[in-house]
Amino acid sequence: MKPASFSYHAPTSVDEAVALLAEFGPQDGRVLAGGQSLVPTMAFRMARPPHLIDINGIAELAALTVSAGVITIGACVRHAAFDSDILPGRTGDLLRKVVQNIAHYPIRTRGTFCGSVANADPASEWCCVTAALDGIVVLRSQRGVRRVPAAEFYQGVMATAVEEDELVVAAELPMLADDTRTGFVEFSRRKGDFAIAMALVTYRLENGAMIEPSVAIGGAESHPRRLREAEDVLRGQKPGGAVFAAAAEAAAAAIDPMADFNNTAAYRRGLVRTLTQRALESAE
Amino acid sequence: MTAEPASIIGASVERLEDRPLVTGRGRFAGDVSFVHQLHMRIVRSAYAHARLKAVATEAARALPGVVAVWTADDIADLSPIDFREGPNEKLAPFRQPVLAREYVRYAGEPVAAVFATDPYIAEDAADLVTIEADELDAVIDASIPASEFTAGLTTEPTVCRQGYGDVAAAFREAANVIDMDLSVGRHSGVPLETRGAIGHYDAARDVLELHGAAKVPHKNREAMARMFGRSTAGVHLYEGHVGGGFGVRGEIYPEDILVLVAAMRLGRPVKWLEDRREHMIAANHSRQQRHRIRAAVDAQGRLIGIDDAFFHDQGAYIRTHGTRVADTACGILPGPYRLPHYRVDAHFRLTNKTPAATYRSPGRYETNFVRERLMDAIALKLGLSRIEVRRRNLVSPEEMPYERPLVALGDEVVLDSGDYEGLLNKALERCEWDRLEREAAERRKAGEYVGLGLAMYVEKSGLGPIDGARVNVHTNGDVEVITGGASVGQGFETVIAQVCAETLGTDYRRIRVVHGRTDRIEYGIGAHATRATVMTANATAVAAGKVRAKALDMAAQLLQTEPSKLTIRDGRVVNSDGSDSAGMPLGDLAHHLRPLSSTRGEREPGLAAEGWFTTSHMTYPYGVQVALVKIDPGTGGVHIEKMLIAFDIGRAINPMLVRGQLVGGFAQGLGGALFEEFQYDERGQPLSVTFADYLMPTAHEVPEVDVLIAEDAASTTNPLGIKGAGEGGIAAVGAVIASAVDDALGGKGLITQIPITPQALKAIIDGQKS
Repeated sequence: MKPASFSYHAPTSVDEAVALLAEFGPQDGRVLAGGQSLVPTMAFRMARPPHLIDINGIAELAALTVSAGVITIGACVRHAAFDSDILPGRTGDLLRKVVQNIAHYPIRTRGTFCGSVANADPASEWCCVTAALDGIVVLRSQRGVRRVPAAEFYQGVMATAVEEDELVVAAELPMLADDTRTGFVEFSRRKGDFAIAMALVTYRLENGAMIEPSVAIGGAESHPRRLREAEDVLRGQKPGGAVFAAAAEAAAAAIDPMADFNNTAAYRRGLVRTLTQRALESAE
Repeated sequence: MTAEPASIIGASVERLEDRPLVTGRGRFAGDVSFVHQLHMRIVRSAYAHARLKAVATEAARALPGVVAVWTADDIADLSPIDFREGPNEKLAPFRQPVLAREYVRYAGEPVAAVFATDPYIAEDAADLVTIEADELDAVIDASIPASEFTAGLTTEPTVCRQGYGDVAAAFREAANVIDMDLSVGRHSGVPLETRGAIGHYDAARDVLELHGAAKVPHKNREAMARMFGRSTAGVHLYEGHVGGGFGVRGEIYPEDILVLVAAMRLGRPVKWLEDRREHMIAANHSRQQRHRIRAAVDAQGRLIGIDDAFFHDQGAYIRTHGTRVADTACGILPGPYRLPHYRVDAHFRLTNKTPAATYRSPGRYETNFVRERLMDAIALKLGLSRIEVRRRNLVSPEEMPYERPLVALGDEVVLDSGDYEGLLNKALERCEWDRLEREAAERRKAGEYVGLGLAMYVEKSGLGPIDGARVNVHTNGDVEVITGGASVGQGFETVIAQVCAETLGTDYRRIRVVHGRTDRIEYGIGAHATRATVMTANATAVAAGKVRAKALDMAAQLLQTEPSKLTIRDGRVVNSDGSDSAGMPLGDLAHHLRPLSSTRGEREPGLAAEGWFTTSHMTYPYGVQVALVKIDPGTGGVHIEKMLIAFDIGRAINPMLVRGQLVGGFAQGLGGALFEEFQYDERGQPLSVTFADYLMPTAHEVPEVDVLIAEDAASTTNPLGIKGAGEGGIAAVGAVIASAVDDALGGKGLITQIPITPQALKAIIDGQKS
């Protein structure tokens, strides 16, 4: 449980960081933010990056800002930032609800939002949030800035659109309208574990009917995504048990669940049905 | 003994051992270091089963900082690791070599050892050792027909058989026969502190030292001395703080032998600390058994006979315990019930998994699950309540002591005392069983999956046959109790101090308790089998009684009175009638008993004495556990709404510590019931090697536990009347959770294996719906 040797770099600006990434990224150099996934895998020697680029000393990456209806979450913003009520509005409420499911508080004080996004574990809650809200991941390299929508960013199990010389500098989420209802439910065998499946839903009401529905599923497939099939069931309908059940059924039918040693595809599909329905029922 | 104002036995006093632990000044294995020490890293087999062709160490040896790299050829003179209870010719071929020779038989088996100047270099070098091998088929199921272990030997080294009566006749006369196929998953003790061993050869004294010892230092000293051909006077083991033992810690493993041999041969101290992944694949596994059990029952639900054949998944080798877990399972399976006829065959099978041995409540956690599932099934078959069927079978107080012609831990089973039905009644009343049962039924009718479960069990404790202690009063009045016991964190020092204080009439906080040190006392049996309090406390009481008599005798001379008119209060010898309250401090009496003291007279020097306690049989505490659970039909998750442990230990020395033992044990037991399992794929690759895959219950999963400590049936095997509490919390958790979950599913006997997973429950519930 001792990591293999590596060179440690501690840039103090994004320019410096992307210069280091340009040089060391192609040699499997890795960015260190909260380290909650990377460091254990290094201890197990499952990851042996010869270079670590520690971005914790870059002041500009620690910012969490709201401007023009967009929340910008800098690369060094910890999960625990969302435990408090500093973030206003319906998006703030949703993130506060979701963050309670991420590991345990001490871990949340180190791990970062953007680190989870970049790591792209299929069961990452933040990946599910960015997918559900059509967030944008902001990438910087010496070649410039790229703004990648969540739907294009996640490409597979721990696979993203990030190029080896690019740094995730921020994630952007929209400020949801004040009348947006949101619901989030996940299931894991123990509290704080990576979820076997999760469902995140949002919608608004217009004349008593649901509009702008979003149904995103995480943990069940190689990466989280919105399920248009379930959203179509909801759109224009009045909220209620029957339509929620139908949407849950549509979500369960639409996914192509992963199977692992302890969770069959059928079990995951059943969970998606349960969790989608519960997320809809609990949306407030 | 003279009655004192308030007895310290039975008082929930604070633990003596906590100050260094809560201020970060303890000394665990990782805290032990010697100058010039080397660090050892083990190269482990990635194969579950393979024939070794070559182990290449050149690249590792060439790395700067590497002092040596050993394979089996470098330690060819060392025998495989022997059994704790001595040689066993039949089982000897199945012992584990210190480093693999010719074959590797589980993923994680030590193949080479690297010694380097720092732990990082050692791990870098270990990565450079390459193993060339031909992979063989792995056996991962102990219940398939036995195969070849090596030429002329099969993977079934032995079948442990016990029984009595005429089982065939029992089944002929039975009104009902119930048969079940029940399985317990592979899990084990996973202490917060992993194993650690620091070998140090002190050439100045010609003493070989092992630091990081635990559990059974004296027994291990004997075995190691035998293995190295050294005198026991030249081998010493030192136990520091132990961050959890649970049966797995403190056995002799390959790594312990390697640090000692390396310390001698390389001439430098050698330190090894196990990492978590290693712990999951190297330390003893436990529990995995599959029972095919049949019960012959009369028309009233009374057991006539049990016929059980079970497969015990021992893993790749037979380690220090030999067949003890399987033997104990055979001997303890009948539990608290009358059983006229009994036959059990334990197929002791080798597989290509990490070797197995004892884990807290070995043989009982498994068989309590099996037997209590059977009792629930009998109730179902005969249309009786689960309570009634148990009442009809319980051994009654009038039948005590109740002898069974069975053996557990090498000891004939004689249930010494107990009122099993009395404790059942207390437990039912405490949890309001009738109300809970009614409410659960109503909630089930309303569509909820709620269930109530019950399990009864007999524990064993106080494994003898003998233990000793020395009590020594220093001239300032402080008392030292030197024991051959061991502490694995259970509060040993506090409990022994309480017993000594009670006898000696002194403040328990002025008593230091020495344990786990072979250089302080010649004999000791350590801490296992819930024996420490029963055996060491009784020996301490004997020694303290002698010291008390000596103190009174000395004081009587000085005060010109009779010893019978004196007693000891607050560490001072005073008149028992209360006159002359000043008295004489014990420290002054120790001063008068110095070798050179003119007042000592013909007495042996020192206010000190040795005491021994001998017992012919173990003592049997017993318990009742009740659980109320709710299954979420949408996910299969289980929530425990209510949990009760009622446990009779005869006499609680420190109820707070007893409660801690029971609740802590419950938390571990819940792991085996719902979460923990060492899983393997079909090639024998371990799948549960981190805390992300091996699910220990956390504070979120462990419910509040109501604990009822009963003291109705004092032990008849020891003067203090005590029975041990160490394993009573864990022993029946698999049984009670299975019973409750089964009840939530309608009480149809659907739960036949643990751990119970959400996936399995959801499949059952979805199946019931469709």
